[in-house]
Amino acid sequence: MSAAGGTNFDEMLNADGSVRPAYEDLSQWYDSQDKTWFKRQHGEAERFFRRIGITFNVYGDEAAEERLIPFDLIPRIITAREWRKLTRGIEQRVRALNAFLQDLYHRQEIVRSGRLPVHALRENVAFLPQMIGMTPPGGVYTHIVGIDLVRTGEDDFMVLEDNARTPSGVSYMLENRETMMAMFPELFTKVPVRPVSDYPRRLARSLRACAPPAFKGSGRPTVAVLTPGIYNSAYFEHAFLADQMGAELVEGRDLRVVDGRVAMRTTTGYKAIDVIYRRVDDDYLDPLTFQPDSVLGIAGIMDVYRSGGITIANAPGTGIADDKAIYSYMPEIVEFYTGEKPILPNVPTWRCSEPDSLAYVLDNLAELVVKEVHGSGGYGMLIGPTSSKKELAAFEAKLRAKPHNYIAQPTLSLSTVPIFTKAGLSPRHVDLRPYVLVSPDGIDITPGGLTRVALKKGSLVVNSSQGGGTKDTWVLDE
Amino acid sequence: MLGRAANGVYWMSRYLERAENTARLIDVGFHLALTRSDKHAQDEEWKSVLTTTGQVDDYAARHSDFGGPQVFNYLLREKDNPASVLRMIENARTNARMVRTSLTNSVWEATNEGWMILSELLSRPVREANLGEVLTAIRRQGTLVRGALEGTMLRNEVFNFARIGTFIERADSTARILDVKYYVLLPSVAWVGSSLDNVQWDTLLRSVAGNRAYSWLNAGAMDPRGIARFLILDGQFPRSLVFCYEKLRSNMAGLAKEYGEETSAHELLRETGAALHQTAIEDIFETGLHEFLQDFIGKTNRLGAAIAADYRFIE
Repeated sequence: MSAAGGTNFDEMLNADGSVRPAYEDLSQWYDSQDKTWFKRQHGEAERFFRRIGITFNVYGDEAAEERLIPFDLIPRIITAREWRKLTRGIEQRVRALNAFLQDLYHRQEIVRSGRLPVHALRENVAFLPQMIGMTPPGGVYTHIVGIDLVRTGEDDFMVLEDNARTPSGVSYMLENRETMMAMFPELFTKVPVRPVSDYPRRLARSLRACAPPAFKGSGRPTVAVLTPGIYNSAYFEHAFLADQMGAELVEGRDLRVVDGRVAMRTTTGYKAIDVIYRRVDDDYLDPLTFQPDSVLGIAGIMDVYRSGGITIANAPGTGIADDKAIYSYMPEIVEFYTGEKPILPNVPTWRCSEPDSLAYVLDNLAELVVKEVHGSGGYGMLIGPTSSKKELAAFEAKLRAKPHNYIAQPTLSLSTVPIFTKAGLSPRHVDLRPYVLVSPDGIDITPGGLTRVALKKGSLVVNSSQGGGTKDTWVLDE
Repeated sequence: MLGRAANGVYWMSRYLERAENTARLIDVGFHLALTRSDKHAQDEEWKSVLTTTGQVDDYAARHSDFGGPQVFNYLLREKDNPASVLRMIENARTNARMVRTSLTNSVWEATNEGWMILSELLSRPVREANLGEVLTAIRRQGTLVRGALEGTMLRNEVFNFARIGTFIERADSTARILDVKYYVLLPSVAWVGSSLDNVQWDTLLRSVAGNRAYSWLNAGAMDPRGIARFLILDGQFPRSLVFCYEKLRSNMAGLAKEYGEETSAHELLRETGAALHQTAIEDIFETGLHEFLQDFIGKTNRLGAAIAADYRFIE
């Protein structure tokens, strides 16, 4: 078995081809399996996903309205020691993100201190002036965070991206585990895997701990999940989480402002909501404050929010913290608010808005990955090493025209984990998104996460919208 | 529960019931057409199936031929037909998806799997040779969802709205089937006792899956008045008007109990239900079967509208 990139870190195998200790039990188990049966199980998993409806919709692709994200049966394993370090790093980063948001929307000390240039805020559409001076209930801005990590060596994990708006994919973390446990129950008696299944309960608890001042202590705060509706690509996840939390799944058309509260239309009249876990972007949240033609939001919710009538999770305006232009300042941000060096480093990043950096990026375009500052989902990005001369030239023109719109990073040699193919196990590049919950009670990281895997040999793009798949992610018990 | 969710489970059930009823009507049309030798008589049978489902005008606007395969493909899967069985199954599934958090996994999976199986079956034109298989599959998928509802759902508002959808649709459907064929039940000097009558009566009973039950209750003897009484007033027969209203009464009572109050829909239901109970089949023939059915269909419609308004199905 050869590694995909040749020089990258293989998480299962040592350089000499022997199996790393964390994967030993799994490897033995796999070797003893009848491969014809295993192949059949692979098809079985897909049917299982279709039946329960874990599909996602791809915009602008009507023929294949509902698609499955391919699921690979070989789990990705993280040792207890590795997880301990990741946990400390993630916790530090998430604490910094919240402190940063609190500061940005109040005194902006970080700008005053000269650590963050003011133009990084001023020209940024993710910064919401409506949030200036506003402190969300419990002081929490990012209730749910997804930190995208990549690994390049034995002890080298880096943060590729922060997701502080509405990180998605957690339902895959949960359903992937369910599927694995249903299909290979005996495997879980051989390997000590930490459970992830209580994530929805933790999420509900975490959200309820952030009830707004208007919630008056008797009984439980009412939590609702706000979805754009069944045609949204992540609708399955919205329904899944609402269901698992025992929360209502609402759309904008179910809600209105009644007596200074946001209320949902039930069969017996309007009923106030205390905490809204919104899976609708800031822009669409309130037609009175943001996009006037939005039908996905609730007219007046921002007024209710400001007067303490509702908690919005995540808070509006958190996008400024996961913006790719801000990302490049994260090492300074972590240090500024925690007084510590970052435990998890950033991927080195060139800001094309700076002339020296731009010159470097233009000279080395063929070796770099260039991303749009406000892009997501792997769209609008250039991967130098796999692009043609023509593509490079076209991108260079775009880059020269709007340099401030881009950042560049080295093409990382991402770690690989094997996937199951017709020809047996074969290494593919992966990343990892752990899910983090924040409440006044603390920061809670579920031991596991979503491992995304590039199914095409040699490919570095793991996004599901670009043909990536997922794996179950196992964090081993001590 | 959300008004929108109540609307969703209600319509999910209605669409599933309607798909099943349409499948049964096609089945009967097919059997009947087989017993007719000339094309004109066969076409008339198919036309009557279209009339019963309320689609004869839309069909005529698109097609001039009333041959079997053309008609049943239209009813089952034609792309332009917004009331095809395929579209109803899609609608049922879309509604289920929308209210997924109100349903148990079993109900959702039964609905979703039914949609997957039927979309596949109806992705190609249906031939006479596999029509039976397709119709059986449609009935079976509806039955599976009902079974899952019955076996796994809490007996709460969600369950009640689902059942109310089923029985409003079923009451409406039985009344329409009767109304389209009401003339075969009228006393007619020329036809009395003819074999044509027997076939027509049998067909009517088959359309509501009541032929076996009726024969068993009446030791094989058929008379038009008895058939009408059976389909309208027999409280044991699960597709009769009285049965549907009895179920509506109990599910609506469930809602009133859970919510602690009745609504205008309860009053409407009581009026129509009481009238139905106090009616004898002689009275119905006296006022006119057609007039009676038209009145019933109108009242059931109004009941559905009152339920939607009282429970805030839409803004």
